[in-house]
Amino acid sequence: MSTAVADPGSTGSAPGVGSGSTGTPPPPEEQAEARFAQMLQKIARGDLLVVVMSFVFAFLVGSVLIIIADEEVRETLGYFFDRPSDALTAIWQSVTQAYGAMFRGAVFDGPGFSRIVEDLRAAGGSGTYVLFPALATGLRPLTETLTVATPLIIAAAGMAVSFRAGLFNIGGTGQLIVGAMAAGYIGFTWDLPIVVHLLIALLGGLLAGAVWGGIAGFLKARFGANEVISTIMLNWIATYLLFFALKTAAFTGANQSQPTSPSVSDSAILPSLLGSGFRLHAGLFLAAGAAVVLWWLMSRSTLGFQFRAVGSNSRAAQVAGISPSRTAFLVMAVAGALVGLAGAVHVLGTEKRLTEGVAGSIGFDAITVALLGRSGPVGIVLAGLLFAALSTGGRFMETNQGVPLDLVQVIQVLVVLFIAAPPLVRTLIGLRRVDHPGAGARVLRAQRATSGATQSSSAGTQTEADPATDPSAIPSAEVAAQDPGAPPPAAGSPSGAATDAATDADDPTDAKGDER
Amino acid sequence: MKLELRGITKTFGSFVANDAIDLVVEPGEIHSLLGENGAGKSTLMNVLYGLYRPDGGEIVIDGAAVSFSDPGDAMAAGIGMVHQHFMLVPVFTVAENMVLGHEPTRGGLLDLGAARTLVREISARFGFDLDPDALVENLPVGAQQRVEIIKALSRSAEVLVLDEPTAVLTPQETDELMAIMRQLRDEGTSIVFITHKLREVKAVSDRITVIRRGTVVGQADPSADQADLAGLMVGRQVSLAQDKAEATLGEIALQVTDLQVTDAAGIRTLDGVSFEVRHGEVLAIAGVQGNGQTELSEALLGLQETVHGSARLESRELVGRSTKQVLDAGVGFVPEDRTHDALVPDFTVAENLVLDQHDRAPFGTALAMSPKAVRENAEKLIPEFDVRTESAVSAVSTLSGGNQQKVVMARALNRELALLIASQPTRGVDVGSIEFLHRRLLDERDKGTPVVIVSTELDEVVQLADRIAVMYRGAILGIVPGDEDRDVLGLMMAGYTAEAAREAVAAGARTTDSQLADEGEIV
Repeated sequence: MSTAVADPGSTGSAPGVGSGSTGTPPPPEEQAEARFAQMLQKIARGDLLVVVMSFVFAFLVGSVLIIIADEEVRETLGYFFDRPSDALTAIWQSVTQAYGAMFRGAVFDGPGFSRIVEDLRAAGGSGTYVLFPALATGLRPLTETLTVATPLIIAAAGMAVSFRAGLFNIGGTGQLIVGAMAAGYIGFTWDLPIVVHLLIALLGGLLAGAVWGGIAGFLKARFGANEVISTIMLNWIATYLLFFALKTAAFTGANQSQPTSPSVSDSAILPSLLGSGFRLHAGLFLAAGAAVVLWWLMSRSTLGFQFRAVGSNSRAAQVAGISPSRTAFLVMAVAGALVGLAGAVHVLGTEKRLTEGVAGSIGFDAITVALLGRSGPVGIVLAGLLFAALSTGGRFMETNQGVPLDLVQVIQVLVVLFIAAPPLVRTLIGLRRVDHPGAGARVLRAQRATSGATQSSSAGTQTEADPATDPSAIPSAEVAAQDPGAPPPAAGSPSGAATDAATDADDPTDAKGDER
Repeated sequence: MKLELRGITKTFGSFVANDAIDLVVEPGEIHSLLGENGAGKSTLMNVLYGLYRPDGGEIVIDGAAVSFSDPGDAMAAGIGMVHQHFMLVPVFTVAENMVLGHEPTRGGLLDLGAARTLVREISARFGFDLDPDALVENLPVGAQQRVEIIKALSRSAEVLVLDEPTAVLTPQETDELMAIMRQLRDEGTSIVFITHKLREVKAVSDRITVIRRGTVVGQADPSADQADLAGLMVGRQVSLAQDKAEATLGEIALQVTDLQVTDAAGIRTLDGVSFEVRHGEVLAIAGVQGNGQTELSEALLGLQETVHGSARLESRELVGRSTKQVLDAGVGFVPEDRTHDALVPDFTVAENLVLDQHDRAPFGTALAMSPKAVRENAEKLIPEFDVRTESAVSAVSTLSGGNQQKVVMARALNRELALLIASQPTRGVDVGSIEFLHRRLLDERDKGTPVVIVSTELDEVVQLADRIAVMYRGAILGIVPGDEDRDVLGLMMAGYTAEAAREAVAAGARTTDSQLADEGEIV
């Protein structure tokens, strides 16, 4: 995958000051915006290696913080030069125990599993009688991670749509809240048959999110409002709208003193997958579905083709008949719909009622997940699971090891920081790769160049190089062969016309935004 | 100062941009570096100017090896460079631009008086005619270029590198530049003149070095035959002229009446343009870049905001329609700036080949694309247009400029057209491919399609046109026959009406080009 994108501003456009009143390059803000969109895409579609290594480095930095936070380590460091082994042991234990607890809290509870096994064995049990209850305890963290990941993946799929289209949608929180509000309201006020109620509630959340995203898209399409600003403002509007709603009788029901809504009626609840002991619900399938929708939309659909075209070079898309403003609106509506669905799933599956903090940080985490997953379906599922694991594991780490949850958040943020600076990561892993967009074409040309380089380059060879014997001439000669009408090279009256028809220097090394 | 480059090698990844290049620039000579786009000329000069570090070889000045880590070092060593795209601050005056980066100070304050004096001094010495207090943005392109040259000279450059300096100039301005170059040479400044235009090389050089695919393939005197130089540059014999059948004119297909475009600032950039194009005819729109050609083609495509007037294709009005409607009406369009306006860099070659047709059969429906049809289309067009790409699914940004242009042309020509508008159809394409693309354009004409070619290249215009409309400051100065005298066209591009230009030419106003042609130096 080519990570670098040729900068449209770097070639072709008339010299900045040279062309008088017409033919001038686009205004600076437009260029800046294009550059911003490209930077965004570069981050969103970054190198897999960089992503993986970013995680490794973030965890390394996290280890340092864990060490600093650990009292025992600090103590042993006090007499480090007398007994360094004490300090080293303490450091090792501190880090391994913390990360061990994180794994235990996020994926598999080993100690819990063995404890149940022993208890039941002692009580004389064997076979599945022992295994199932033990697994239920051991795998509980994993189901918890999946539950947390569910809305995250759906929302991240929505974010990915906007990122791939070059729009930096920060409005996850707002779109999520309105989705949750709509789904919740339908869930606890309307009275509908069992399956219909759920579907209508989900649909309501989806539509509310689409409207909320669509507003930002409309403002951009119609008035050129920057989507970063407008989505952030819409986040606040949605947040306070929710606060306000939870003070009205329509949302709080009978008990108006508490800013919480009644529970969603059973007919609108996403069915639990593993029974009442677990929070995991059928929204998981919707998360998988969202990833598939993302794939189809971006790789197979006409709309996705337009989204990507506008995202990569909106001007070229416009010239090819794709309206960038219409596309901006559609992108934001589709993205908002997915994020709104995430909000609906969160309320109907996990929370089951509206509170002021119902959206949590899902809206922002979804941005991170989408960037981390390189805005692709598989990447987003993996990144969503990873992120959810970090937060469930982190919570366990806090209670179990006394390592503050804030540390986990530092790790999450560090991951994004590293991903945003690929050259830094490459330097850290000693891989200073030259990033040249035209590398492939150049290799070909280089091969031709070496084959054609047999001619002497010494000063004495006055125009001696015989083109007819030049092996490199063969490929282009085919062009002439296709054209029987062309006069024989030496004969006729060649006018030299064709030779200087080209105007701008396309030396590969400066035509394409070099970045190393 | 004698400048030598010995065995300069510069690689990018596995691509060898410069392969052991030797170049000697004697004091006081104009040394032309001739090569096609992508041959490695600019890379070599960027190495010389300290922008790139060579992977091998050395730079020797007056017998001593030097090494530059940035342009500051190169300037200090007496090397000046005028880039193709000017490095000037538009809102600064000439004097301010000149001293930018090494401002003279007096008591910690900027001493612009000294700068002004210096501008006047150099300006007087070389007849530059520059006002030190003029804002650069108000100067014509030729004068801006002179500001760049003054900038270099003010840092006592002894070797001046001019990177494709004539790309933005009218033929007359080019002549002025050449006079300046000769004068600088006579004063002892060496000049490295980078270009791919044969006639300029022959007109001004003392020595010519030809570079192809990163290596020096030969040296020549300015007396060398033009066709030989072209052959050396391209690596095979090229036919420089396209034989063109007489046009068989049909009915009027496109009738443009009083077309006006006003830009966002309220300035009228296209000022009442009228013309018509018949079936089977090529109308070339000639002119120096930035005289309204862009606005004209964009207005026809529905890409301009405020358009008045009328453009009827057959019986359909194009003005006021969306770009998509215009494309649906059968208009094929090649935008002038492929990177900015035509190609989606991360899209594959195949995807770019259907960009304007993606939602139409057979490539897609309103709902979904047909990857198979897109792929088959690419597999058909890539060999047909000789697009050099690793595969149909390579990102188009990995292609060289010339091959990208072939993609854009292939896309535009890949369906039945009611009208073809091609701006700079062969920009950045190598000589061999230009032949082919010109042939395709003429074939399209011979099929009866009305063709509008917008080109700033006089050669291309003369090659293809049945009629030539010359644009100047947003208006059409006149429409002349396709075989009009080149000098007349050159003067029209500088703002003469057709009659005035013909009179001036009759009275003996000649460009270097045609003088050389008369003397039998070039053809």
